[in-house]
Amino acid sequence: MDFQLSDDQRALRSGMRDLLGAVFDRDRLRAAVERGGGVDRGLWRELGAAGFFALRLPEEAGGVGLGLPEAVLLFEEAGRALLPGPLVATHLAAGLVKGAAEGEAVVTAAEGGGLPVADLGGADAVLVAGGVLTGEELAAFVAGARPVRSMDPLTSLHRVEGRSAGAGASEAYPGALRGEGALLTAAEQLGSAARTTEMAVQHAGAREQFGSLIGSFQAVKHLCADMLARTEPARSAVYAAAVTGDPVEIAAAKLLADDAAVRNARDCLQIHGGMGFTWEADVHLHLKRAWLRAARWLTAAEAEEILAGGLGPVRPLYGGSAALG
Amino acid sequence: MDLTYTEAEEEFRRRLGEWLAAVLPGLPPKPSPDDWPARRAYDTTWQRMLYDAGYAGLHWPEDAGGQGATPTQHLIFLEETEKAGAPYVGANFVGLLHAGPTVAAEGTAEQRARWLPPVLRGDEVWCQGFSEPDAGSDLAALRTRAVRDGDDYVVSGSKIWTSHAEVADWCELLVRTDPDAPKHRGISWLAMPMDAPGITVRPLRTLAGSTEFAEVFLDEVRVPVRNRVGAENDGWRVTMVTLSFERGTAFVGEVVACRRTLDALAAEARRNGKWDDAVLRRRLGRLNAEFRALWRLTQWNVAESERTGGVPGIGGSVFKLRYSRTRQELYEAAAEVLGADAFDLDREWALDRLSSLSYTIAAGTSQIQRNIVAERILGLPKGR
Repeated sequence: MDFQLSDDQRALRSGMRDLLGAVFDRDRLRAAVERGGGVDRGLWRELGAAGFFALRLPEEAGGVGLGLPEAVLLFEEAGRALLPGPLVATHLAAGLVKGAAEGEAVVTAAEGGGLPVADLGGADAVLVAGGVLTGEELAAFVAGARPVRSMDPLTSLHRVEGRSAGAGASEAYPGALRGEGALLTAAEQLGSAARTTEMAVQHAGAREQFGSLIGSFQAVKHLCADMLARTEPARSAVYAAAVTGDPVEIAAAKLLADDAAVRNARDCLQIHGGMGFTWEADVHLHLKRAWLRAARWLTAAEAEEILAGGLGPVRPLYGGSAALG
Repeated sequence: MDLTYTEAEEEFRRRLGEWLAAVLPGLPPKPSPDDWPARRAYDTTWQRMLYDAGYAGLHWPEDAGGQGATPTQHLIFLEETEKAGAPYVGANFVGLLHAGPTVAAEGTAEQRARWLPPVLRGDEVWCQGFSEPDAGSDLAALRTRAVRDGDDYVVSGSKIWTSHAEVADWCELLVRTDPDAPKHRGISWLAMPMDAPGITVRPLRTLAGSTEFAEVFLDEVRVPVRNRVGAENDGWRVTMVTLSFERGTAFVGEVVACRRTLDALAAEARRNGKWDDAVLRRRLGRLNAEFRALWRLTQWNVAESERTGGVPGIGGSVFKLRYSRTRQELYEAAAEVLGADAFDLDREWALDRLSSLSYTIAAGTSQIQRNIVAERILGLPKGR
């Protein structure tokens, strides 16, 4: 057993961090905020060229030929950087929608369940429970949608009327697709949770009050410690779920990563004090995205039910499978 | 990221499983929790069985008489013994997991030869004399004095929270040998024979009603200078060396046990109708996520220690912080499942709920763990 990143996986992760540092630095993040989100087609193509969308397609299909463990590392970095756009849906659409793998097409997903559709404006296709909407079907779908004043400045949202145009409930999504969507979203949450922990620690180690760094006060440092104690179990859960692909394990990953992202952003905001409440600080961007992602693919209630279903009646603890042990 | 075990690891698991299946049915019945001599005998009998089968001191280095097993093998051992319902380390805890490794790392050849083999064979039991009434989280504030008198130290003071004190042969004792030095620099580590004159053991009753540990009063107890491990006044470092040996395996058996309890709780809730309560059912589901993640974090920490040659140490603080609270939540959920039966201490889990109250206190309170995480991992400044 070697449940650690391989050298290749480390290189992949740091490569992604370097790429995002170059193409989506803080200035571009803030520019995207002022623009009100939306997809930057140039950036989308750069991600495509880097293999972000084609990562899990087989090499003979023009993909990179890697798996979910590598994908979660890339999505973790995307979550850290607050990279906007329908990253998960376009990644899932690689191989299903022409141009998605290369970053030429922007594909979003309608999960149903009354959840607004993200990044619909300008999307080339929409994943729905029954398949993919393009062309006239897409046009009809967009015509039936009305924009929502989105709480997250980096994600435009549209409400879709009724159950027309193929937008079914997310449960009707093929299980594998839904599970992968939940897992990759959990990976983004993990990246955000780790990032807000860093932001909180940086601020607590720089800000002075009462003649001391506020990070020397236990009331503050204990908040930071709790942030790490949320992030690390979530990390293990996300990575393990990526290795096993087990639905119960994916539910655990989503539940814990959602918790870590939302609660860490809340604590990070608290530690930033008044500045944390301003538009100028990045903290609110993490919190708003975290709230939105928590509602996507697999909610806490759904995850908890799956996890409850995975308990007893008394059976071998690890299903007798060493691979899952 | 690989969660599959190697062929050699699977072979180790298979052989261990066969051995456990063969020997566990022959164990004597578990003694009453109040019968300390019987508990000692039961635990040391088990240790002797492990010794005879080549599993004693699995994680100890080979030159100390151990098996030099990898952290992963140790994880498998703890997982399989727990799943098979084998006895806990019990009275052998301090000898195998702290005093023994300390002697192995810092003792002279003579000290190693004297003290290590009896621990491995289950012939001798150790207890720990670290905490004092006024030195708990602030362990280095300890005041038990040791004054040189010829070839002996004369030791006076009192220790607290000492498990197995009534039945131990030896006590790993931290004493102050230089009262004028800074508090961490005036401490020495002694092996005190528990039959020495001047030792009084007074059992402490816990809120669960049992006597799990004791106060130990020392009134001019003579301990030979040759029983000191490490240099005089270097005892703090000597002790910390061993604490940093932790390879991520400290809670393996407990996490396995918690997952089994959670399954049993779900089965009981389905039986008694509580499963229809969505709030409780979802609460159990969330605990499933927590313990699964803690199991994966254990595997992560063990694999990390295998790669680095075994220095995670502080990573254990993150784990303990989360685990101790989650295990308390497990028994709070158990009380919900039990309903009115939660007040009947003869019902399974009712007593565990009481015992679990110690988890966020023992071996470093959650508040101290947060300080460690914040200062040593996150790099925040020390302070008040």
